[in-house]
Amino acid sequence: MSGTIQKPVIDNAKANVDVIATGQEHPEDSPLSVHDLTVAYHRKPVLWDIDLDLPDGKVIGIVGPNGAGKSTLLKACMDLIPRASGRVMVYGKPYKKQRQLVGYVPQRETVDWDFPVSALDVVTMGRYARIGWCWPVTRSHRAAAMTALDRVGLADFAHRQISQLSGGQQQRVFLARALTQEAQLYLMDEPFAAVDAATEQAIVRILHDLRDAGRTVVVVHHDLQTVPTYFDWVAMLNMRLVAVGPVDEVFTQVNLQKTYGGKLTLLDEAAYAVSREMRVKR
Amino acid sequence: MPTIEDILALLTLRDYNTRLVITSTAILGAAAGLIGSFLMLRRRSLMGDALSHATLPGIAIAFLVMVAVGGEGKYLPGLLAGAAIAGLIGVGCVVWITRLSHLRDDTAMGIVLSVFFGLGVALLGVIQNLPGGNKAGLESFIYGKTASMVWSDFVLICGAAVVCMVMCLLFYKELKSLCFDANYARSWGLPTGLLDAMVLALVCVVVVIGLQAVGLILIIALLITPPAAARFWTHRLGMMLVLSVVIGAASGYLGSAVSALFPRMPAGAIIVVVAAILFLVSMLMGPARGVLPRVWRGFVLQHSVLRQHVLRAFYEMNESAHEGELTEVEQTQLSIDRLMAARSWRRTQLLRALRAARREGLVEVASASGGDDENMDGRVYRLTDQGLVVAARNVRNHRLWEMYLIAHADIAPSHVDRDADQVEHVLGDEMVARLEERLRREYPEVLLPKVPISPHVIE
Repeated sequence: MSGTIQKPVIDNAKANVDVIATGQEHPEDSPLSVHDLTVAYHRKPVLWDIDLDLPDGKVIGIVGPNGAGKSTLLKACMDLIPRASGRVMVYGKPYKKQRQLVGYVPQRETVDWDFPVSALDVVTMGRYARIGWCWPVTRSHRAAAMTALDRVGLADFAHRQISQLSGGQQQRVFLARALTQEAQLYLMDEPFAAVDAATEQAIVRILHDLRDAGRTVVVVHHDLQTVPTYFDWVAMLNMRLVAVGPVDEVFTQVNLQKTYGGKLTLLDEAAYAVSREMRVKR
Repeated sequence: MPTIEDILALLTLRDYNTRLVITSTAILGAAAGLIGSFLMLRRRSLMGDALSHATLPGIAIAFLVMVAVGGEGKYLPGLLAGAAIAGLIGVGCVVWITRLSHLRDDTAMGIVLSVFFGLGVALLGVIQNLPGGNKAGLESFIYGKTASMVWSDFVLICGAAVVCMVMCLLFYKELKSLCFDANYARSWGLPTGLLDAMVLALVCVVVVIGLQAVGLILIIALLITPPAAARFWTHRLGMMLVLSVVIGAASGYLGSAVSALFPRMPAGAIIVVVAAILFLVSMLMGPARGVLPRVWRGFVLQHSVLRQHVLRAFYEMNESAHEGELTEVEQTQLSIDRLMAARSWRRTQLLRALRAARREGLVEVASASGGDDENMDGRVYRLTDQGLVVAARNVRNHRLWEMYLIAHADIAPSHVDRDADQVEHVLGDEMVARLEERLRREYPEVLLPKVPISPHVIE
């Protein structure tokens, strides 16, 4: 089902996006609905006109080559970076009003693991939004954090300083922190990066448990081999959205070719040209 | 030279003026240590430097304005207000330059710091050339001048310190979240920009109240050094804050006390020197990340590794002689030369390890054979009962690791000895227990808790 675009003035990048249409714009029940999203770093666009409506209660992978804007897409959805244009709705409302429904797992390298806190401290941060301004952390919150740590198999490491954890354990601490948020929608940025095989399986099991409990999990992912086993849906991204839909429908050779093929140099050049143009105009 | 009497009088704060100065600087140090911790953890330490240097033109301009409107130029609250405003403008400039130019913020800070400071120095020159009296003393803000402090300064410093403390306690959780992972904090709705602004505003407060005591150049040392020193002692944020406050206060107290003892010793400089000494001590001694504890832990490990090697040599050489498990009765006694052949170790190393093992009652000199204290080489050694137990346990752990490595790490039996050596000493009893459990499942035929047979040939 391609060509669901109604706008008269259109760029051709969009014309061959393979979208499984949900019929309406920003459906109420869609956990994450992105419309016309464009993001630019230093005025160079890194995401062009992204349109997607994700279904409820699925594990959804976002794949694409390096620099495709996968992390950027997540961050733009959470207002962590400014959007050049476009709208993002979480369960039918702007992100700002729905924060408590969203749990975030950032990339592991984005923080300083030498920070003087224990694993339990970090996981407890997942409760801070609920605890509210200036209120101290109580025993019940710490207990909730402990439960989450136990769920990721790190109960024995609760009081360890975080630099004394292995990479896979650090990744699971981040996952536990998001779990304590008790969110409806989870956005995870490469939760499998640099973890060992056993940890990866443990994380996948947790993701599937979340789905079975009716949550939606969006995962930025690198390894194409595991896409069919890990995910129900997949979004294929390379600066623009190549395809989004159930894995068995859209995870095809043709779409992979489009996502990873060299075709996009043209788009990249166009992006440079546009940014130059904009600079001249200013 | 000051007498003991002088020193005692000073440390017990008998004199009103010294009491004022010393308590003021101690409280200033505490406040700086507290807010400086968050500045350091947010990796904004240099921002504090830019801010403090940027205060100088504010002081000069405030003076000029107050003279122009016909007031007293050296009205202190006015000067400090000018300093605070200029400091915040400096920070604003850093943010503005990084946003607009995509320069890195250290570059922007360098620019702001030098330009503002230069402007301030130039303006002070202008003020010097103005007609009229009472313009001397503005330079004292650069290096600080504790002698000029009065009661109202003390009150100001106390008030500012209380504000810092209340804010840090009130927003402890929020600041912790901000400093550790700002992006995540923003994702759940923490106004990180506002909190960052609050931290910088509090830093600005500390800088301004510190202008008189330590001056605008050295105040940064009081903001950075105590938290950096505190970090060596602990892995916990709360404890680090407490220690940072204590170290800051101690620097202020000792520094101003020393400077009061010796005429013409500027307090600001001494305070910074004291802080630096405390930092150095922390870096060397701090149990969490200090240098000496690390060296000591390495030494202890090395010692225990060597001991284990000696015991294993005893065990294995006996084992090959008796083809099987050892009992105490049939133990062969070993000379130094035989032991030397067991492993590539230095003679002195082996002798040292043997001496230590004897002290611990694990090894004894077999009395039957010759050799006395002068002639060590002729001696023969054997394991004591206790030594045999410990040696058997060591050998067992070693072989469990070897089996594990062969089965799971794909290491050839001929190479496994060395690799097992590297892990077995580092991992504790808990790991050994897990290892056992696993191996018991995989090799039910290997008889635990007996010592399993070596998976490789022992040379």
